[in-house]
Amino acid sequence: MAKAGDKSDSKGKKGVKRKATAEEPQEAAVAEDGATESGAQPPKAAAFPPGFSISEIKNKQRRHLMFTRWKQQQRKEKLAIKKKLKKEREALGDKAPPKPVPKTIDNQRVYDETIVDPNDEEVAYDEATDEFASYFNRQTSPKILITTSDRPHGRTVRLCEQLSTVIPNSHVYYRRGLALKKIIPQCISRDFTDLIVINEDRKTPNGLILSHLPSGPTAHFKMSSVRLRKEIKRRGKDPTEHVPEIILNNFTTRLGHSVGRMFASLFPHNPQFIGRQVATFHNQRDYIFFRFHRYIFKSEKKVGIQELGPRFTLKLRSLQKGTFDSKYGEYEWVHKPREMDTSRRKFHL
Amino acid sequence: MAAVGARWHHVWVGTETGILKGVNLQRKQAANFTAAGQPRREEAVSALCWGPGGETQILVGCADKTVRYFSTEEGRFQGHKHCPGGEGTFRGLAQVDGTLITCVESGIVRVWRDSDKEASPNPLLELSVGPGVCRMRQDPAHPHVVATGGKENALKVWDLQGSEEPVFRAKNVRVYDPASPQRRPVLQATYGEYPLTAMTLTPGSNSVIVGNTHGQLAEIDLRQGRLLGCLKGLAGSVRGLQCHPSKPLLASCGLDRVLRVHRIRNPRGLEHKVYLKSQLNCLLLSGRDNWEDEPQEPQETKQASPEDTETDELWASLEAAAKRKLPDLEPPSEALQTRRRKKQRPGSTST
Repeated sequence: MAKAGDKSDSKGKKGVKRKATAEEPQEAAVAEDGATESGAQPPKAAAFPPGFSISEIKNKQRRHLMFTRWKQQQRKEKLAIKKKLKKEREALGDKAPPKPVPKTIDNQRVYDETIVDPNDEEVAYDEATDEFASYFNRQTSPKILITTSDRPHGRTVRLCEQLSTVIPNSHVYYRRGLALKKIIPQCISRDFTDLIVINEDRKTPNGLILSHLPSGPTAHFKMSSVRLRKEIKRRGKDPTEHVPEIILNNFTTRLGHSVGRMFASLFPHNPQFIGRQVATFHNQRDYIFFRFHRYIFKSEKKVGIQELGPRFTLKLRSLQKGTFDSKYGEYEWVHKPREMDTSRRKFHL
Repeated sequence: MAAVGARWHHVWVGTETGILKGVNLQRKQAANFTAAGQPRREEAVSALCWGPGGETQILVGCADKTVRYFSTEEGRFQGHKHCPGGEGTFRGLAQVDGTLITCVESGIVRVWRDSDKEASPNPLLELSVGPGVCRMRQDPAHPHVVATGGKENALKVWDLQGSEEPVFRAKNVRVYDPASPQRRPVLQATYGEYPLTAMTLTPGSNSVIVGNTHGQLAEIDLRQGRLLGCLKGLAGSVRGLQCHPSKPLLASCGLDRVLRVHRIRNPRGLEHKVYLKSQLNCLLLSGRDNWEDEPQEPQETKQASPEDTETDELWASLEAAAKRKLPDLEPPSEALQTRRRKKQRPGSTST
């Protein structure tokens, strides 16, 4: 009895339009009960749209049922609309209006006034005379020192070795507890142009400090999603000694330009590419993705690529004006989450 | 239209590329001025101060040891003076009664006769204050007195005759009272873990605003040494700070290439923000009160006859001169000689 009562209640609440599913025979049977119950039901069910919402039903099972029924109905309606639109487009053929572009966070990015205009002379002068000018004028060629934080574990050591195969003219040294402030003058005297320190936490590498040496800026990144060579599926053979090409994607703002130039100065500046290897630094939503591939042009427009080499993701934490000096250094840009990350559509790189 | 009357620009900022920028905050526009027409990194501006006679002239200290004179009325550099001696860039610039005082990083303070021509190659007076000077500032009440201090360099107050006072170091704010017989600081306050790079007194209330290399700005009460509040927004090291003498406004510039103007009191927050494309080294805030007459001005200059514009500018310079007599509250960064402490001087000994 109770069950029949339940079913009739639910029928009443759904209203006439809803097609009842398995409960039909039962509801038909208790239709004559409707007379007694209809008096109680109209205030709840009769008006379209109903005057109550499904969330007001206290009984969880009944509420769930109502909800699933409502969801199925919504899905059907959505499918119907889509089909109709598709038919209309086919009917119009060429005259159909263009498809609307879906909104993404990258599309909706807040206008950033620091985005560099390619014709801007002041910025061009700034870049032509900054610390990387000598590299871009081909006066110095890079020589990199790669090291880690103290007592590195296996993963970090292997990442360093793989990085040194990716970056030409780089040397890996074991950090025997030496202070960076003492290493830096020694590096400068031995003509190193850049210093990379991979920071490790709990046996995984999680930070990268990139310092341009004579007096140049130091960038501190958070590193995540590190995949060593053996963890990459369908990869090609190990990279050769050829100097790779570089691709820097999407470094549009002034800060992005500085960081992009830092990455570019790691690799020798030679437009005559030999070897088909390419290192990509792709910036999207303030995350920089590093990938290393080998490409081969199968025809004019078709390219095949194989991923070699390690892959990791970086996020800039701070850019310091001089060489590494965490206490007394002056920062050009510091990431402050509570002040800078308030909008989901604002990015800094 | 390069409207370059003194009223046009509210803030003057010097950059690392040698460009002097005049910024109009009502319109959020910046005008660039360079001595040679092209920006040059050798002319990186390291010190700015107002010239004599109202806010019509700016003395610009450049990295190549020259002090250039810039006229705000005409909008161009008028001359320069080569001030050799010592090493390092200018850390302080001041002008008094027709003489120019310069201080360089290696500690040489020189007083030069102020003339546009380079006719006086020798300084009138020369002092050596020790290496590693970070700042030299002029006492606003006694223009002949300057204070110098820096890293491991004892804070010294010079009356162009020399008398010594003890130590200054980054990270702390120390208040010294030169009138007290003791040599210890009157108050010492620490803010944050990063070195403080800029400081300015707030007009009226007894507090000071400091900025550090991380871009954090904080207001510190001088009576108790406690933190009153912070200002948000800067992302890079703070290089220049200045408060407006009458309005509760603070202009700050730094290495993140943005000039910000904050309101200090009721409510505390960001008023204006202007992106200037080069790294900013120092700034000068115009102390006048009428910031809002900008919209009428360009029409006046276009429609009014030349005589009228001349009288307008005359009035403006008179006004500006009158306002300049208001306390130029640009304090010595190290020795905070606050007004309150001075009043206590007669017959009192402070701790």
